[in-house]
Formats: sequence, C-alpha cells, structure tokens
Amino acid sequence: MNVINDLLKIISDFVAGIVNSIFSFSPFLADVVTMGLAAVVLCTFAALSFMGLTYVERKVVARIQDRVGPNQAGPLGLLQPLADGIKMFTKEDTTPAAADRWVYNLAPLVIAIFALTTYAVLPFAPGVVGTNLNVGVFYIIAIGSGSIVAIIMAGWGSNNKYALLGAFRTVAQLVGYEVPMLLNVLPVVMITGSMSLTDIITQQTTLNGNPGIPFIVFFPLSALVFLISGIAETARSPFDLLEAESEIVAGFHVEYSGMKFALFFLGEYVNALAVAFVFSTFFLGGYAGPVLPPYIWLLLKAAAVFFIFMWLRGTLPRIRVDQMHNMNWKFLVPVSIVHLVVVMALMKLFVTSPAQVQANGGILVTPGVQAAILFTASLAILIGSLLIAARRARIMRLQEEAILEQRRAENIAAASA
Amino acid sequence: MRTDFAFVGVMLVTAALLMGVALIAASLLRPKKPSKAKLETYECGMETVGDTWVQFRVQYYILALVFVLFDIEAILLFPIAVAFNSLSFFAVANVILFIVVLLIALLYAWRKGALDWE
Repeated sequence: MNVINDLLKIISDFVAGIVNSIFSFSPFLADVVTMGLAAVVLCTFAALSFMGLTYVERKVVARIQDRVGPNQAGPLGLLQPLADGIKMFTKEDTTPAAADRWVYNLAPLVIAIFALTTYAVLPFAPGVVGTNLNVGVFYIIAIGSGSIVAIIMAGWGSNNKYALLGAFRTVAQLVGYEVPMLLNVLPVVMITGSMSLTDIITQQTTLNGNPGIPFIVFFPLSALVFLISGIAETARSPFDLLEAESEIVAGFHVEYSGMKFALFFLGEYVNALAVAFVFSTFFLGGYAGPVLPPYIWLLLKAAAVFFIFMWLRGTLPRIRVDQMHNMNWKFLVPVSIVHLVVVMALMKLFVTSPAQVQANGGILVTPGVQAAILFTASLAILIGSLLIAARRARIMRLQEEAILEQRRAENIAAASA
Repeated sequence: MRTDFAFVGVMLVTAALLMGVALIAASLLRPKKPSKAKLETYECGMETVGDTWVQFRVQYYILALVFVLFDIEAILLFPIAVAFNSLSFFAVANVILFIVVLLIALLYAWRKGALDWE
C-alpha cells in the first residue's frame, strides 16, 4: 500500500477503526456515526470549495476581462470569501410581506441540500467514495433535478413578478437540457455495462485488462453535448437567462438577501463543481492517471473542466430565450438521438470481447480500433449536423433579409406617394 | 445494498442540519428592523400592480409535455444500456426502432411548431 497514493483511504479506514472501537457495543451506532462523519466531511469539502471557487472565479473572470479582481481583503484579496461570509451572516434579511412564508424560507435550504447530496456518490480515489450506489448515474441526474423544485419554490414563494418569470424560464431550461444530458450519459453506461461511478472509472483504467482509454476518445460528441447541457443545467453563463440582470433583475432570487441568498449561491457553485467532477468521471477517467496520486488527478481534471466554465463565462454573451430553446430541442436533442442510434449499431457490430462474438456474432476488434471507429463516427455526425444547421440558418437569414427588403421598398413607395 | 442507500439518507440529514445551523446562526447575528417600506415587494421602486400568481404561457406546458416524453424514454433506455453487452442483434435493432419512432415524434412536434418560441 503506497502511503501517498492511498492517503484518503488510510485516513478513512483509521477513523472508521476508531469509531468502531468506541462504539463496539452497538454496530448499528458505529455505522451511523461513521456515515455521519463521512457526510460532514463531504459537506465541508463542498462548502469550502464553494468559498475557494468564488474567489478563483472572480479573479479569473477579472483577468479575462482585463481587470484586477478582488485585491483589498488580505494578500492578493485571498480573504475575500471570508469577508463575503461575514457580510452574508450579518446582513439584514427581510421576508416580503406578500411572500408565501414557508415556501419562501424553505427554498434556499432545499437547493443547498440537493446540491450537497450529489457528492455522496462521487469517487475521489479507489475505495474512497461516500457510497458506491449501483444506480449512481441515475442518482446524480435525479438529485440534480432537485434544484428545479427549489427554484420554482423560490420564484413562486417570493410573490414577485421578476422572480416568477425567472422561475418559469428556469423550469423550461433546466427541464429541457436534462434530455440531451440523459441521452449522452447512455453511451457511457452502455460501454461500461453498469451505472456505478466506480465501475465507470475502472473501465477507463488499465485494471482488470481494460484498455485505459478515457471515454472522451470513444464519445467526443457525447462529451461535448454533456458539457454544454451541464453548463445549462447549472444555469451558468452563457445560459444564465434565469437571472438575466438586464431583463428580470436577478430572476428567482431577487427577493432574497443575507444567508438565504448565500445558500442559493452555494447551491449554484456546488452544482457547477459537481458537474465538473461528474464530467471528469464520465469522460476523462476520473481519478485514473499515472504518477500523481488519484485524488490529485481528479481535482486537476475537475479544475480544468471548471476553468472551461469560467472561460466561457468571461467570453460569451448571454443568449436569448428562443435561441436557448432552439439550441436544445432543434439541435442537441436530434443530434444526440442520431448519435445514440449510430453508437448502438456500431458497438454491436464491432465488439471487443470474444465471448460476445460467440454469443451474438459481430466483428472482433481491439478496444483501440473500436475507439477509433466510434471517434470517427462521432466526428462525422458532429460535422454533418453543424453543416446542416449552418445551411438552415443561412436559408432562414436570407428569408428574413428578403422580408425586410420588401418592407423597406414598401415604406419608400408609401413615403414618395 | 441497504447501507448504500442509508448513506444517502444520512447525507440528506447532515446537509439539512449544517445548512439549517448556518441559517439559524445568521438569524441570531443579523439585525432585524422590519419596516413597511422594506417588506414591500421589489419592483423598480413603484408599488406593484395586480396579482403575481396569474396564468403562464402555454408554451411552457407544451415543452413540459415533450420533456415528459423524452424523460420516460430515458428511463426505459437506462436498463437497456446496462444490459447492452448481453443483448442480441435483434434486440438492439428493436431498441433502435423504438428510438427512431421517438425521433419521428420529435420531428412531428417540430413540424407542428411545438418547439418554436415566439
């Protein structure tokens, strides 16, 4: 056992051993205490990473936009999250007189709980996972939709028109982008044959005679669509129409302040980080990697994915509501379905295990060849669909221009007559 | 198996407790001086006119219907995906047929204008 590589595992086993010896009179109590401690550690990790991420994101976006970012509180502004925390704790919090008090006050709690609970199934290193659910993939998606409930609670409970508009937009967006997300997790589940996150990572390592190729090589299109819909699911820029400042002030959380607002913020960031973790687990091989310890690899991959989020936020303008819906229902969903069908056919045609060939037929190939075939197919679908979309967009633009031209001509004729 | 899901329950309770403690601590620390003007609904400085909880766009409803279709499709597809390696060619052909029927349904909804946002 390598001490550095298995550090997390050793610590967790050590703590579990102590707890078991203290509560040796009741195995049930020992179990509950061990799980409680693990849950506290996971929640604290999520909350601390939220504090760190607010600082990092402000600094990075500031640099992208040629600003300095927070630099007053402490050296390099490092104490900024702490100052924000103190402010959030001591700020007066009003509940509008017209609000539905129960729904209004519960909404931030609900969003924070659902965001934190996602971390229960994320594997951080071999054997270090809150719980290895056999329906892990499904669990993540199900818990992820919990934030939709919280947002509609906030929007409805505030009894504010901006908040309600924001909540409606949110439901339409979050619900819609769940479809491409689901459709693009399916190939990963198909190739693994399991919904457990640990199994998905093992399949991407060289253990048990697996090829050690991350799934992004097999399914680049899935990875791309999953990333886009992940950004939309966590309502980050450029998909942040639910809190579009220029249109509906702050959307669903316009009436919130103080700690309740902080919980919404926490939910948003923790969800975004969870998407980064999940993306690196599904498509980048999770904690698998050479030389460095596994948990460092996972953090590096998640940080890289989160940097893409920040980069997009610093670069892209917010898209319109109709563009958001068109992007989802008229591009991502059909492309994902076509991709899914092609992947299903190809994976049945080119199989990697001799046992399967004997049972169902098909052509026996090495995993590398299978990856190459799937990669080419994905790329072909992506380029083809982009070409079709570009052509359609061009036709529509020309039509619009023709109509405008006609109107202009009519106006000139009416003015001269 | 049972303990696997027990952890989810423990996690829910722990998260609720931690966040609840944060909320309660904040409510003890912060000042509380409500006034009539403060408790009004925010709307660009003017008093709000009319009821907030009114009818909403029917477009949301149509999109929700399309979503339900695809969500159920996904629920049906996940077990198939888990068992994919042991499926025969014929079974996979059936699954593909099922997905293509749904694709046609999506194209129909598109053609009918259910996906247009005006």
